[in-house]
Amino acid sequence: MEKLSGSEMVVRSLVDEGVEFIFGYPGGAVLHIYDALFKSKSIPHILVRHEQAATHAADGYARATGKPGVVLVTSGPGATNAITGVATAYMDSIPMVVLSGQVATHLIGEDAFQETDMIGVSRPIVKHSFQVRHASDIPITIKKAFHLASTGRPGPVVIDIPKDLTKPDELFEYSYPETVKLRSYFPARRGHMGQIKKAVRLLLGARRPIIYAGGGVILGGASDLLRELAECVNFPVTNTLMGLGSFPASSSQFLGMLGMHGFYEANMAMHNSDVILAIGVRFDDRVTNTVSKFCPGAQIIHIDIDPASISKTVPADLPIVGEVSTILTEMLKQLKEENRKINSIVEKNSLDDWWRQIQIWRKENGLWSDRRYPESEHIMPQQVIECLYRVTHGDAFVTSDVGQHQMFAAQYYRFEKANRWINSGGLGTMGFGLPAAMGVQLAFPDQTVVCVTGEGSIQMNIQELSTCTQYNLPLKIVNLRNNYLGMVRQWQDMQYEGRHAMSTYEDSLPDFTKLVSAYGHLGFEIKELADLEDIMKEAFSMKDKLVFLDISVDPAEHVYPMHVAPNGAMNDMWLSKSKRS
Amino acid sequence: MRRIVSVLLENESGALSRVVGLFSQRGYNIETLNVAPTEDPTLSRLTLTTIGDDKTIEQITKQLNKLVDVVKLVDLTEGSHLERDLMLVKIRTGAEQREEIKRTVDIFRGQIVDVGPEIYIVQIVGTGDKLDSFISAIGYAEVLEVARSGVAGISRGDKILSV
Repeated sequence: MEKLSGSEMVVRSLVDEGVEFIFGYPGGAVLHIYDALFKSKSIPHILVRHEQAATHAADGYARATGKPGVVLVTSGPGATNAITGVATAYMDSIPMVVLSGQVATHLIGEDAFQETDMIGVSRPIVKHSFQVRHASDIPITIKKAFHLASTGRPGPVVIDIPKDLTKPDELFEYSYPETVKLRSYFPARRGHMGQIKKAVRLLLGARRPIIYAGGGVILGGASDLLRELAECVNFPVTNTLMGLGSFPASSSQFLGMLGMHGFYEANMAMHNSDVILAIGVRFDDRVTNTVSKFCPGAQIIHIDIDPASISKTVPADLPIVGEVSTILTEMLKQLKEENRKINSIVEKNSLDDWWRQIQIWRKENGLWSDRRYPESEHIMPQQVIECLYRVTHGDAFVTSDVGQHQMFAAQYYRFEKANRWINSGGLGTMGFGLPAAMGVQLAFPDQTVVCVTGEGSIQMNIQELSTCTQYNLPLKIVNLRNNYLGMVRQWQDMQYEGRHAMSTYEDSLPDFTKLVSAYGHLGFEIKELADLEDIMKEAFSMKDKLVFLDISVDPAEHVYPMHVAPNGAMNDMWLSKSKRS
Repeated sequence: MRRIVSVLLENESGALSRVVGLFSQRGYNIETLNVAPTEDPTLSRLTLTTIGDDKTIEQITKQLNKLVDVVKLVDLTEGSHLERDLMLVKIRTGAEQREEIKRTVDIFRGQIVDVGPEIYIVQIVGTGDKLDSFISAIGYAEVLEVARSGVAGISRGDKILSV
């Protein structure tokens, strides 16, 4: 059997696991591993400029490809810098394996140089974590980590490796396990057949049904099945922020995003529904508004792989625990059988009234049926996203940061495919967009990758422009610059009588075009609507250059619709600065 | 409502902190906590008592089950079960109180496990209520120190918590 050192085993295990990229940053505790990586020349390593960006880049890679992202950082500050990215991945159930260096075993607990209890610090934000005790355990630990990260409800897994276990001169027999078994880990697979049958009966009897589909559909690779199911029963479909792309926006059955900044027709349909088929969602507070007022007339069927998501906030009438894909497959089979029995899946006319009502809502206040934002002397942020959609033919990978621009992107970029919309939904991490876009571009070098951002968010990880230079990543960055922390300002306008406490930068913003050119990229400033489309087209025609579009937009615009809070229901929305539902 | 949850846990460092951390992270309370290895050295048995409504308890058991280090768990209060808490009490006692204390200990079926010139150490085993009652029953004496193990529990009959 082959004999390898601990550090060689780390690298070989990653190779044998099929890892395509390592995102990381070297430091004392991981130097043995870096040396082994350097000598093996096996896996490309992406040197970021800050460890937070390593985790976000790995995260972006994972969201776009469905494969776990891999991060390598050193102990102490390297590990703690990675934490925000680990928490981001945890909240959105993204598969990730983070290898963190640790001080040598004999120094652990002595407050050694660059020592941090990474297992302790990361405990609440990982699916699981390991500290390796013996070098010979490295391959099995890595195997377990990938297994845990990518199966069941995915999530980040941390492996903490003390430096002495990676010494180059101590060799161990190496073999990478084919499979792994954990006696306490059995992620749910098939849904309960009785529950599925009951659900099908409930669906067939519904008169005001809606499908509420989230990130779990994308993680479970079940977008095609969702579409087939929705078409089979002719139900309307709404997506969560995390679920966008799981159902084609061009479908007449699509009602848009729901929730705090969801579409009027989506929130109204949810509130007035009699049966909700919830798939891979978690009834997040940004969706439900006041839980006690949530969809009073609806029976809820909840499909999720994680039993703890069922009835956590909103009680489910009919829970089905298991993989979305296997459950939807079985549901479709049952529906088709029922269909033969009753001769039409949902009696042809039974949903007519419901669809008529939905069309009325759409026409009244639907974001896509008419222009719903004010005329302005400025470029409106919504116009930028609409333009971006046209220029990229709706087929780009779009990452975003967090704030108003994120909501405008979610509302106005009409996603057709899963894994194309990449944002920090659960944790809401500003600074996510640029490094996440790097991970996506590396995975798909020939595709258009856009980062929609704002001047607040982009400055949280702007150092990564240098990483983009090093690896020739031709990202397109769309900066909606309104000179405010826009979402903060919006809340201050609505709830603090317009007192803009610390939500602007006075005159201290950099000249972004000069800044990006200092990094070797190209920047355009756009101030006039007349220039927007032409410059954007030019930017996107430059396939091998990173182009930064610094677009001056209306500083006072708010994101609408917006749930009325506190104490509002799903159907209580602000539709503009003066109009309520 | 009070619940007793027994957990079989991987006997590994860090496993306990995941359980305890889960409770503080999600705002659940722990009234008592007892943990020790089992007959299988790779497993610890952890028993905790907590107070919460049905919805909270359901979340607690689901979240505990999600921890990879949790091999199996049972809510003992769902069925017929035994629970025991062990208490050691150090009592200051003058000559005139010794007989009375001895009698009270007998009533509670406890034992005096150590005797000093002015000190008794009493051991009592029972439910939490019984131990509380003992403390109030010897209200006349000076209790110097109390050490309780926390509740350990087991199902009655042939229901078994094992791998």
